[in-house]
Amino acid sequence: MNNRHIYFLSAALTVLSLALFFYKSHVLGFPVAPSAQAQIWTIEAAVSFDPGPAAVKVTLRIPGLTPGYSLMDENFISRGFGSTTRSAPAGREAQWAIREATGPQTVYYRALMYKDPNRTAEDTTPPFPEPPKLDEPSRIALEALIADVRRQSADVASFTTELLKRINRGQGDQSVMLFLNKGSTAADRAKLATIFLAGAQIPARVAHGVSLRDRSGAVRPQVLLEVHDGVQWLYFNPITLEQGLPPDFLIWWRGDESLADIEGGSNVDVTLAVQQSLLDALLVAERRAEQSGSHSAEFSLFSLPIATQAVYSVLLMIPIGALVIMLLRNFVGIKTFGTFMPVLVALAFRETRLLWGVVLFAIIVSLGLLIRFYLEKLRLLLVPRLTCVLTIVVLLMAGISVLSHRLGIQPGLSIALFPMVIISMTIERMSIVWEERGAYEAIQEGTGSLLVAALAYLIMGIHWLEHLVFVFPELLLMVIAVTVLVGRYTGYRLLELRRFKALLPGAGGAS
Amino acid sequence: MFSRYRGLWSEGVLGLNQRNGDYILKFNPRRLYPLVDDKLKTKRLALQAGIAVPELYGVIETQHDIRRLPQIVADHPEFALKPAHGSAGDGILVIAGRSASRYRTISGLLLDDAFISHHLSNAINGQFSLGGVQDVVIVEYMVRFSALFERVSFQGVPDVRVIVFRGYPVMAMVRLPTRVSHGKANLHQGAVGAGIDLATGVTLNGVIGTEVVTHHPDTTYAIAGLEIPQWDTILDIAARCYELTGLGYIGVDVVLDRDRGPLVLELNARPGLAIQIANRQGLLRRLRICEERADFSASAASRIEFAKREFAHPVAP
Repeated sequence: MNNRHIYFLSAALTVLSLALFFYKSHVLGFPVAPSAQAQIWTIEAAVSFDPGPAAVKVTLRIPGLTPGYSLMDENFISRGFGSTTRSAPAGREAQWAIREATGPQTVYYRALMYKDPNRTAEDTTPPFPEPPKLDEPSRIALEALIADVRRQSADVASFTTELLKRINRGQGDQSVMLFLNKGSTAADRAKLATIFLAGAQIPARVAHGVSLRDRSGAVRPQVLLEVHDGVQWLYFNPITLEQGLPPDFLIWWRGDESLADIEGGSNVDVTLAVQQSLLDALLVAERRAEQSGSHSAEFSLFSLPIATQAVYSVLLMIPIGALVIMLLRNFVGIKTFGTFMPVLVALAFRETRLLWGVVLFAIIVSLGLLIRFYLEKLRLLLVPRLTCVLTIVVLLMAGISVLSHRLGIQPGLSIALFPMVIISMTIERMSIVWEERGAYEAIQEGTGSLLVAALAYLIMGIHWLEHLVFVFPELLLMVIAVTVLVGRYTGYRLLELRRFKALLPGAGGAS
Repeated sequence: MFSRYRGLWSEGVLGLNQRNGDYILKFNPRRLYPLVDDKLKTKRLALQAGIAVPELYGVIETQHDIRRLPQIVADHPEFALKPAHGSAGDGILVIAGRSASRYRTISGLLLDDAFISHHLSNAINGQFSLGGVQDVVIVEYMVRFSALFERVSFQGVPDVRVIVFRGYPVMAMVRLPTRVSHGKANLHQGAVGAGIDLATGVTLNGVIGTEVVTHHPDTTYAIAGLEIPQWDTILDIAARCYELTGLGYIGVDVVLDRDRGPLVLELNARPGLAIQIANRQGLLRRLRICEERADFSASAASRIEFAKREFAHPVAP
């Protein structure tokens, strides 16, 4: 296997890993830092009304197409009403119905929205509007105005601005006077503009929405004029003539209809409220991935049950621990009992915490060793002896748990999480090394293992690393890339520099 | 640190990573490992090839066989017990005689039957083998080492380790047991390692661990300047071990018996790097010379000639 192949494989894995990582973090918005919070808004519409004697049907326009924002969740809250949602020309509608109701009633619509810069008004280009049906004098006035405005404008945007200017000037303009009453609201003016625009064959509609900047409490819906220039929707404030969608503006419904209407009841009144809150950015990203049709969330760890997710958040750290050990062995040259024994011990340290972990590990291994030396005298065969050591380790663990509980030392309880089979094998190996090579080497190797385990624990315990690997498991491909590279590292290990120092030029050892 | 790294590199010192990556993985096919990991197989192969090995008295393969030990060694008061898969000399028991019903080891310990049986059953169950696999125990001739070494070894049997790269002996050392190493010829355990000039078979100064010693710590005799007897035979045996196994990078352990001359004790497919310290020379430089100039289809005799010519101590860069 030549090295080019290795470098290519390693580079390919790194690129793949980073590409997936950036797609997920930048496009889908999975948070890179742990517990990053995303802004979300709870918007609520409380519809109150007096029911009539018979069946009641309440219709509420609810957000459908909301440029800049996406819907995360919505609820329909009522007592005893049946509720449905459906598409309507104005967007979406929720309908509550009940056969019979007495006394004033309130139904609630609640939605969770989050900012989604990728979302635009993606509805298709609308058809040219029907020319408005008007009586003869009005039609003449309209055409005159349109001709006038058209003269003073270059495109749809400037046409609309000029038109709105005329409408706002209102009183002074003869042709506008015909259509507009005194004390007209913004909604009236926007509606009038749509009529004029229809006369000029420009699709337009009235959009109603709320400003999310009003953090809490009741908000009043505001009106925008939406005009389609053949490519996209343009937004105009009918009063200030400002063009563009204002920041923090959520479009709730469109069209001339009111927010809510009722059949079989009266006094319908809608209160809108907005509340901002923060939510774990993970949830929002997941939701976004789901809605954008990306399968990355569907096939990610988040689709697993919570308990399984918890298991994987630990398991995914094992390669990181193994990486640490690999580096310590191949670059530094530290010896340990068993290749990956320290990783498992490090996992146990997660529960016991480092100090107690080391203390408990030392206690249990030394007690185990003492008993193992006694067993040596009995001259048991290998497998029975191993079984015996394992049983004793389990009993020791139970004993330490009970004792520490009696003494009120809580960390002693978590000793139950120590990998007992691994510990038994460690005791066995250590006792053999002890006998064959002496206590010094056994203790040295044992301490080495413990040190490596502690270091692996510290690195596996880095919170953001854990978060990163769990949210972006593809980063583990980079671990593979590193292992492939290290697997071809044929340079010296750090400890070899010391070991072979007698061979250095001028070391005086030459004979 | 970096200057030290460059220093070792310029001296052609072989590191563990490079030994594993560039030599063992490249030249030692895994399927050939059993030939050297199992000392019984090595012994049989060597016998077929006419290479001298310590005489095999018997094999203890099962728990049941342990009872046959007295029968196997009935005519041999001195013998050695070796787990066939033992590594680094673990589990080897050398019996130098008997007193009453007990066995006397080379270091003078008296062991009863029960101890021996326990030791054998541990060995059969794989206590000394890599990975703890089932093992067998070889009962063989106890080497009586040549008088030359008596002055520079403490109990135990000194042996000669030759690194053979694709049939070419590239470096050699003699390992001398000490009191600290409990009579074992194992450098990890404190035995003295002394490099050997490949061209002449004369020893250089020794090392313990990484420290240079000029005299044996227990016998206080000078280590350097000893002429290894039958050096050419040792080189010949070592070189031929390549054809024996097909492994491209091996350590051949040879003992010098007083009566029977050089005997192959075992072969090692992952020979250690301490030999470089014992020779105060890097292995890599010699391996490179081989790779550049050697003809790998040459006969054993011409390979030895090449080694003696190229690897006379010290090998210049």
